[in-house]
Amino acid sequence: MKTMAELEAIRKATLSRINLRTDEKGETTRVVIGMATCGIAAGARPVMLSFMEEIEKRQLAHVQISQTGCIGMCRLEPMVDVILPGKEKVTYVHVKPEMVPRIVAEHIVNGRPVEEYTIGAAEKN
Amino acid sequence: MKEIALHLLDIVQNSVRAGASHVDIRFLLGADGVLEMGVRDDGCGMSPELLARVRSPFTTTRTTRKVGLGIPLLMQNAMQSGGHVDLESEEGKGTEIVAYFVTSSIDCLPLGDLASTMASIIMGSPDKPEFSIRCASPAGEMSFSTETIRPMLEGVSLSEPGVVQWIKESLEEEIEPIMGGIMK
Repeated sequence: MKTMAELEAIRKATLSRINLRTDEKGETTRVVIGMATCGIAAGARPVMLSFMEEIEKRQLAHVQISQTGCIGMCRLEPMVDVILPGKEKVTYVHVKPEMVPRIVAEHIVNGRPVEEYTIGAAEKN
Repeated sequence: MKEIALHLLDIVQNSVRAGASHVDIRFLLGADGVLEMGVRDDGCGMSPELLARVRSPFTTTRTTRKVGLGIPLLMQNAMQSGGHVDLESEEGKGTEIVAYFVTSSIDCLPLGDLASTMASIIMGSPDKPEFSIRCASPAGEMSFSTETIRPMLEGVSLSEPGVVQWIKESLEEEIEPIMGGIMK
């Protein structure tokens, strides 16, 4: 059973991470997931929850997940933008939950985009 | 959409964009197998003119393009099972959308992962509005509201991954015994 005591423990753990975050200002990495009708129908919900689980597992304090609407390329959904501080936006297309651990490890943690999942690679074919 | 829960995720965005401060969600499964999915908000509401047009796929409030498929797709899937969709709205007061699904029909979608949908909804709009959900069936009843846990978090956002995960897991535990029969 999930209890309120557990929630309180999570709150305390989160607070210490938030303090860490404010120490390194302007260093936030943003993950933006398309969650309009098209994105949801294509499978954006498990993708977003996979990002959340992966970020929680690795205790990444500086990553912020947000949602956006339809940007007009519905055939490429689920789409995810990853924006590292000071870097250009990288757009991943046809994202599946299985792809998320690699994007987090290679791109968000180590700063190297996973080229084969990006919109550039998809549009070449 | 492959799940009724995905329609909820989609349709709730309308309430969020209507500037609601409370969104009340309900899933009521009757002994006759009819599932009622209701979403009531206190957002800006719709004028009678907009309400009359809103079932059309060529109606949308966004300005980037001219189609909006959320409500039409929900209607299609409700009607495919033998159910229907009711819509009521008053400008300045809010909107209520209720979809009825006949779960005994072979053409009815499964309810799907309602806990994941609620976690996604709360993660997407952690500050406002307050969301509540109530599930009831002959097997039992549960309810959950962001309003009850917010004060306990003492300022920690509901979108924090640890908090979202807690919400998802506690809803999974509570919803399964009530809706287990129609989830897959």
